[in-house]
Amino acid sequence: MRIRHPKDFLAGVMFVFFGAAAMVLSRDLTIGNAAKMGPGYFPFVLGGFLAVLGVVILLRSVFWAAGSHAWPVLHFKPPALVLSSVVLFGLLLRPLGLFGATLVLVVVCSRASHEFRWKEALLNAAALILIVLVVFVYFLEFQVPVWPSFPTPRA
Amino acid sequence: MELLANLTLGFQTAVSPMNLLYCLAGALIGTLIGVLPGIGPVQTLAILLPTTFSLPPVSALIMLSGIYYGAQYGGSTTSILVNVPGEASSVVTCLDGYQMARQGRAGAALTISALGSFFAGCFATVVLAVLAVPLSELAFKFGPAEYFSLMVFGLIGSIVLASGSMLKAVGMIVLGLLLGMIGTDVTSGVQRFAFGIPELADGIGFVSLAMGLFGICDIINSIEKKEKRDILKQKLTGLWLSLADLKAAAPAMLRGTLCGSLLGILPGGGAILSSFTAYMLEKKSSRNPESFGKGNIRGVAAPESANNAAAQTSFVPLLTLGIPPNVVLAMMAGAMMIHGIQPGPRVITSNPELFWGVIVSMWVGNVILVLLNLPLVGVWVRLLSVPFRLLYPAILLFCCIGLYSVNNNTFDIGLTAFCGLLGYIFHKLACEPAPLILGFILGPMMEENLRRGMLLSRGDPSVFFTRPLSLAFLVLAAAMLIVVALPGIRHGREKAFKEA
Repeated sequence: MRIRHPKDFLAGVMFVFFGAAAMVLSRDLTIGNAAKMGPGYFPFVLGGFLAVLGVVILLRSVFWAAGSHAWPVLHFKPPALVLSSVVLFGLLLRPLGLFGATLVLVVVCSRASHEFRWKEALLNAAALILIVLVVFVYFLEFQVPVWPSFPTPRA
Repeated sequence: MELLANLTLGFQTAVSPMNLLYCLAGALIGTLIGVLPGIGPVQTLAILLPTTFSLPPVSALIMLSGIYYGAQYGGSTTSILVNVPGEASSVVTCLDGYQMARQGRAGAALTISALGSFFAGCFATVVLAVLAVPLSELAFKFGPAEYFSLMVFGLIGSIVLASGSMLKAVGMIVLGLLLGMIGTDVTSGVQRFAFGIPELADGIGFVSLAMGLFGICDIINSIEKKEKRDILKQKLTGLWLSLADLKAAAPAMLRGTLCGSLLGILPGGGAILSSFTAYMLEKKSSRNPESFGKGNIRGVAAPESANNAAAQTSFVPLLTLGIPPNVVLAMMAGAMMIHGIQPGPRVITSNPELFWGVIVSMWVGNVILVLLNLPLVGVWVRLLSVPFRLLYPAILLFCCIGLYSVNNNTFDIGLTAFCGLLGYIFHKLACEPAPLILGFILGPMMEENLRRGMLLSRGDPSVFFTRPLSLAFLVLAAAMLIVVALPGIRHGREKAFKEA
C-alpha cells in the first residue's frame, strides 16, 4: 500500500496524537454532564473530535487523495540551530548577561545560513550588542541583566 | 451628531503629542520590519508585541495599529520594487506593480499605492465609526447561546476563505481551541494540562505562541529557501503621477475601497481576500483585461485600496462583537487582553476614549504613512539590500529580549522556541497556523459561553437552535461549509488560490 498524500497522512497522525492526548489528560479532570460541565468536558469533546478528524484525514490521504504528492523535505540544520540559539539565549541570559547571551545567539543562529562566515557573524554580534545596549537598555529601560552574574556561595 | 462628538473625542486622544509619537513610531517600525521579505503584518505584530507592553493601553493599541498599517505598507513597497511580497495581501500588487517598476514607473506605482491606501483608509474609518455603535448595541442582546454560535460562524468563516485543505484547517482550529484550554480554568479554578509547571498556570503566553508560530518559524523557512533576490538597481525618480495615471487609477481606487470595506467586515475576510477580489473585479470589468499583469496602474490601485480598507473595517467585528475575523486582528485581540481589555461591545461604552482614539489614530496613521514613507522609499530600498543572513540574527535577538521583558523570566523564551518547533512541523505538513491562533484566542470565550448556555438551558442543547439569532449563525456556518464542499465550487476555490 502506498500513501498517496504523505503530508496529509502525517498531519492526520499529528491530529490523532493531540486529540488522544487531550482526551487522556481530560480524564484526570472532572468531566461533569451537559448541564453542569466540569473543566474536563469541553477539552474531552474537542479531543475526541480532533482525533476523529485526524483519522478521516489519515484515511483520505491513503485511499482517496488524487495525484502524487511528495514527502516533506526536512532540513536538520536551520531549525536545529535557530531554535537552539533561542533556547541557549534563555538559558544563558542570567548567568552570562546580555553580552554573553547575545554573542552565543548570534553566532549559533548565523551558522544556520548557508553563507555563514565567522568574521561577519562576530562583527554582527558586536554591532547588535551595541544596538541593544543603546536602544533597549538605555532608551527603553528594559530590565535585562547586562553583566554576567557570578555565582555567590549560598549559605 | 453623536458621531461627530465621538470623532472629536477620538481626535483629542489620537493627536495628543504622546499618542501621535507612538503612532509615528509604530508606523515607522512597522514599515521597517514589514519591508523585510517574508515578514508581513502578522509576523511584525508578533515580533513587536512586547515593545508596547510598558505603554498605557490606548497608546499601546495606537502603536500596534500603526505597526499594522506600516507593515502592510512595507509589504506593498517590496512587492513593487523587488517582486517579493512582504505579506500575502500584497501578492497581487506584485503582478502589476513590479511590471510598472521594470518600466521605470516604480515611483508612480508607489505613489498610487500610498494614495489608494490613504483614500481607502479615510473611507473605512468612517465606515467603522458609523457601524460601531449600532453593532455593539446589537451585541448587547446576545446571550451565551448567540455568542457561541457567532464564534462557530466566525471560525468556520475564517477557514472557508482560507487557502489549503479545509479539513486540516478545522483540525488546526480545534488544536488552537485545545491549546487555549491550558492553564487555570476560569469557572472552577482547576489547573488544566499544565503538567505541574507553574509558569503554565496562566496558560501559554499569547506572545510566545504568536512569535514562535510566525516570527521564528518564518525565519527558519526563509533560511531554508536560500532565496536570491534581484533588487531593482535603477534609481527611483519622479514620485509624481501623470494626470492620465490618476484618471485611470481613481475609479479603480474607489471600486477597490468599496470592495475592501465590505469584505473586511465578514469573518475570515480581511486584507488578503479583498485584495484578490478587487484585482479580479478590476480585471474582469476592464475593457482590455490582457493589459493586466503588464504594468496596468489599475492593477495596483484597486488591490492596494482594497487591502487597506479591509484592514481597517476588519476592526468592526473585533471591537463590536469581540470576534477577531482574521489572524492579524487575533493579534490585536491578544494585545488588548494582555492590557486587560476584553474586546467586545463593552469597549465602546467603558473605554470610549480608547475606542474612538484608536479609530481616529488609524486615519492619522494613514496620513503619517503618506507623508513619511514616500520620501523614505529610498531608505527602505537600501534596507532591502542588507543580506538576510545579517538581519535574521537581529530579529531573533529582539524577539528574545522582548520575550524576556514580558514577564522577566526565561521560561517564555524556551516556550517560544517550542512553539517555533511546532510551527516548523505545521509548515512541513502544510498546516496553516492562522486558524490555530484564531482558535486559541476564541477558545476560552467559546467554552465559557457554551458552559453558561448549557447551564441556563439545563443541559438541553436545543437552545442553540431555538433562539433565532443563534440559529441564523449556525445555519450560515453550515451553509458556508456545504457550499465550499460542493465539487464545482471546490475546484473553483482551488483554482482561484492557485492563480493567486
